[in-house]
Amino acid sequence: MAKIFSRLGDGSPIELTENELRRDLEEGTADAADRGKISPLSEEELKYLFDIFSSPARFVSVDRGKEVVLSYDAGTLKIRRVGVAVNRIQALQIYEKLLGADTMELAHVDYSFKPIKPIVGNEQPVLEQALLVTHVPLFYGAMPNLGLYSQPDGPFPNPSELMPQGKIEEARSSYEEAVDAAVNDMVFAASAMYESGADGINFDTTGAAGDPDFLATLRATEILKQKHPDMCIELGMAGEFVLGMHAGLTYDGTRLAGLYPHQQVKLAEKAGVTIFGPVVNTNASRSCPWNLARALTFIKACCEVAEIPIHVNMGMGVGSVTVTDHPPHDVVSRASKAMVEICRLDGL
Amino acid sequence: MGVGDPLGMAITHAIASGMGGMRAAGDLVARLQMTKAMKIKEAKEYVASKLNVPVDQLTDPVVMTEVREELGIGIITPLPGSAIGMEAKFRVAELLGIDINCVRRFKEKTGFGR
Repeated sequence: MAKIFSRLGDGSPIELTENELRRDLEEGTADAADRGKISPLSEEELKYLFDIFSSPARFVSVDRGKEVVLSYDAGTLKIRRVGVAVNRIQALQIYEKLLGADTMELAHVDYSFKPIKPIVGNEQPVLEQALLVTHVPLFYGAMPNLGLYSQPDGPFPNPSELMPQGKIEEARSSYEEAVDAAVNDMVFAASAMYESGADGINFDTTGAAGDPDFLATLRATEILKQKHPDMCIELGMAGEFVLGMHAGLTYDGTRLAGLYPHQQVKLAEKAGVTIFGPVVNTNASRSCPWNLARALTFIKACCEVAEIPIHVNMGMGVGSVTVTDHPPHDVVSRASKAMVEICRLDGL
Repeated sequence: MGVGDPLGMAITHAIASGMGGMRAAGDLVARLQMTKAMKIKEAKEYVASKLNVPVDQLTDPVVMTEVREELGIGIITPLPGSAIGMEAKFRVAELLGIDINCVRRFKEKTGFGR
């Protein structure tokens, strides 16, 4: 029996038998269904995935007519990261004119709202100049990144030091103070960039520091939408469930810790988010079929309840894309096609 | 999408699933998602009706280059006299009947339209 080429989540090539491929798809969807208390993929959907993975083609795509809108978290930085010596406006033009980008995002290399606040006056003229010469909608993006608010990087006692000492209440208070400070920074910087003409603000990698990070972003969104009702806010997540770093924080009566994408999106909608970007982490030691079946199960459940557009995070290490600097086309294109077609996405 | 290595991520997704940006009508459909929070089907239908093209031609670079050139809403390879950047976005705002933040700001700064 011919072996089927595939990869592990770390990108390394593997070969699977047909039975192994079926087993991985079934186990992947079962894992997500169990964790999220959601429905697994149907037999028909698993068959569709089996066909995609057993195809010898090195590249696959969605059917004509099923294309979706793409957004690019921190896109400008990725041209510089690979060592191409262009400025950020040139990077935006490269994406727009050479890479077929539907939208783009201006971003600073120190990609968090806290460090952007004191230099926002330098960021605004760059955006204003970029808007004169580009055509596609431009986001300004950064991370909420509550990790920067605890000592030694920030003003508040470090909860990771307080917790092992048994100072649970002190640690929780520190997180709560960090939430207030982060909301101020996000509202300040996002308002400035919007007032300079940004088409939207992207809160990228939300929840990276757990439930306080998610809460700060929801609150900042609420305030920004009151200030600027027409502002487009994209909220992209950092992980598939909200880590309970504080564990007692709530938004609109819902406890944030442990929420999965189909629950996260409902709170995002309440806060006023325009586009939601759910995440499912890639397990580097399981196969890509296992990871994709698992990711699709979570995202399908999210799309089924969402009333706002969904742009799934499909970057390195999420959405079954491999945890490697140079993700291979065979895996990325399969993940891209299946995610769009099974979940009926609005974008990536 | 969460991009990284441009060929591995941005280009692969753009070819596998993307609308093609301003090679086609991806930027226009994106604007409807961003300004009116429209889902993809509704946004495509809205843009197609405004451009007077079938929905399935919104991602066709040949058809859309002609349409975009005629409407002055920006093309990949601008000809002499083509609308570029802000000039094109003025027309996009009018064509789609939406508010574009930087266009509004440009009008305020220049006194245009007073």
